[in-house]
Amino acid sequence: MIWAVAAIVIWIFGWWLNVRLANGASSDNTLVKILVPAIFGITVLIVWELLVRGFEVNPVILPTPSAIFERLISEGPRLWADFQQTIIKGAMSGYLIGALAAFGVAILADRSEFLTRGILPVGSFMAALPIVGTAPIFVKWLGSDWESKAAVVAVMVFFPILVNTVAGLRDTTTMQRDLMRTYGAGYWPTLLKLRLPSAMPFIFNGLKIGTTLALIGAIVAEFFGSPTVGMGFRISTSFGQLALDMVWAEIVIAALAGSAFYGVMTLIEKRVTFWHPSQR
Amino acid sequence: MKSVVPVLTVVAAIIGFWLLAVIPMNMHLVADQAQRDGLMVTPEAPADRQEVSGVGLALSNTHLIPLTYNFVRPRLPAPQQVAVELWKTTVEKKITSKRSLVYHGWVTLAPTLLGFVIGTGLGILLAVGIVYSRVMDRSVMPWAIVSQTIPILALAPMVIVVLGSMGIQGVFPKSLIAAYLSFFPVVVGMVKGLRSPDGMQLDLLRTYHASNTQGFWKLRLPASTPYLFASLKIGISASLVGTIVAELPTGAKAGFGARMLVGDQYGQPLVSWAALIAAAITAAALVGLFSLIERATLKRMGMAAS
Repeated sequence: MIWAVAAIVIWIFGWWLNVRLANGASSDNTLVKILVPAIFGITVLIVWELLVRGFEVNPVILPTPSAIFERLISEGPRLWADFQQTIIKGAMSGYLIGALAAFGVAILADRSEFLTRGILPVGSFMAALPIVGTAPIFVKWLGSDWESKAAVVAVMVFFPILVNTVAGLRDTTTMQRDLMRTYGAGYWPTLLKLRLPSAMPFIFNGLKIGTTLALIGAIVAEFFGSPTVGMGFRISTSFGQLALDMVWAEIVIAALAGSAFYGVMTLIEKRVTFWHPSQR
Repeated sequence: MKSVVPVLTVVAAIIGFWLLAVIPMNMHLVADQAQRDGLMVTPEAPADRQEVSGVGLALSNTHLIPLTYNFVRPRLPAPQQVAVELWKTTVEKKITSKRSLVYHGWVTLAPTLLGFVIGTGLGILLAVGIVYSRVMDRSVMPWAIVSQTIPILALAPMVIVVLGSMGIQGVFPKSLIAAYLSFFPVVVGMVKGLRSPDGMQLDLLRTYHASNTQGFWKLRLPASTPYLFASLKIGISASLVGTIVAELPTGAKAGFGARMLVGDQYGQPLVSWAALIAAAITAAALVGLFSLIERATLKRMGMAAS
């Protein structure tokens, strides 16, 4: 009981602190802007820990954050191996293949107005489909190692990137294209110096959507067959052993990897599209 | 309407590619079967055939090509095989039958819709809270954005099993995942939408002496409608994907996901492919339905749909 009371007290204290900070005089300070969500997150973790202890929740249902953290430290090498298998080999290579294929198709299709008008609706339709359901089929075709995961990821990221690239390449005004023509620029200089740069905000939008899809595809595909390493494999086997703290440790790794992947893309985007109003 | 022909062309190109791919994908299996049936196959030893690629084998055995389109257990079924299987399992089967895709579709659709309604409702409520409370904005909004970069969908099967071990079964666990997946897109979209009226419009309402509540109902909520529909379309397809993934590796007995896995495990690729296409049609129908409602609503509200 004392744990539950402590949890409520800490929750109220954390919320009070955030109210003070967010409504205070220095609320537009960068430090405060980071501090407020951080306090919120830490409060949730502490309340979770206290409630699980207080109500003696079975660790098979919900482990404490401290137990998960312990796993993260003690199982470091194994988690690293899983990370390499799933994220580096499966997700990254698939992401690269899918993105390059999407660029290629987009630039080819862009030469014809007719094809562009066909690809945009079909592509955005395909992007809304449950493509991850093809995972069992790809595992059957390409075996259980990382190649099949890369294939699933490539197909999943292909359509969002394709649609965004095609839409982006259309995003130049007649005025801008006429200017290029007065400079005597042909197709390729126009593409490289005007249309690709102005398509970059769209392309990065597609690339950022793809980051999460890539991780989902790589992990889900491992549920259908994998070598004895990999995050999806570890999640499903640890689950069978009722080692939920290990499952959560993998979730933490996946979350960190997902945010980092997204963050890196945002950084590159800032560098490439520094001229865009949204970045200034 | 002028994009009908281009769309059809692209679809035809995809189907054409599929038709071409059927030949090399199935050629080895067909050649083995043909030899067992006593037909002539050019590299006669099966070991030699393993050396040749699917395309090479097709070129040296042109008489076997028609057979690849009608193979019983193909690696890649031909489009018309999938279409026939779809027809058989939707129209010709009674919907109460365990093999009817309409039955499995409903098993998937019911939790999707329930979860979607819950997730959207909660998402709108949280968005209203975020727009009117600075504390919630500052503490919850960053997490809502970060949570979209987390591959939470990959954990759907685990959630199902955990809830199942606690004795919670049926529609609810799957709806929970569908709700979660539609929740954050709606929150992010609605916050953007509710904040879309500019200072001028808000000031105008203040000169009318409108209260906060009136400002919400008369300005913020109507202004957020286009954003709401954009998030609804993302949310409904995310919900459907979530339900299907939740069904995939958990030993679920019914639903599109279960159907895909059953076909895979018992060597009936046609069952998997029919389920996959049926899921795609369902997703398309749901997104299309929302597009229609969107167009009608925005038209009545006087906002030209772009």
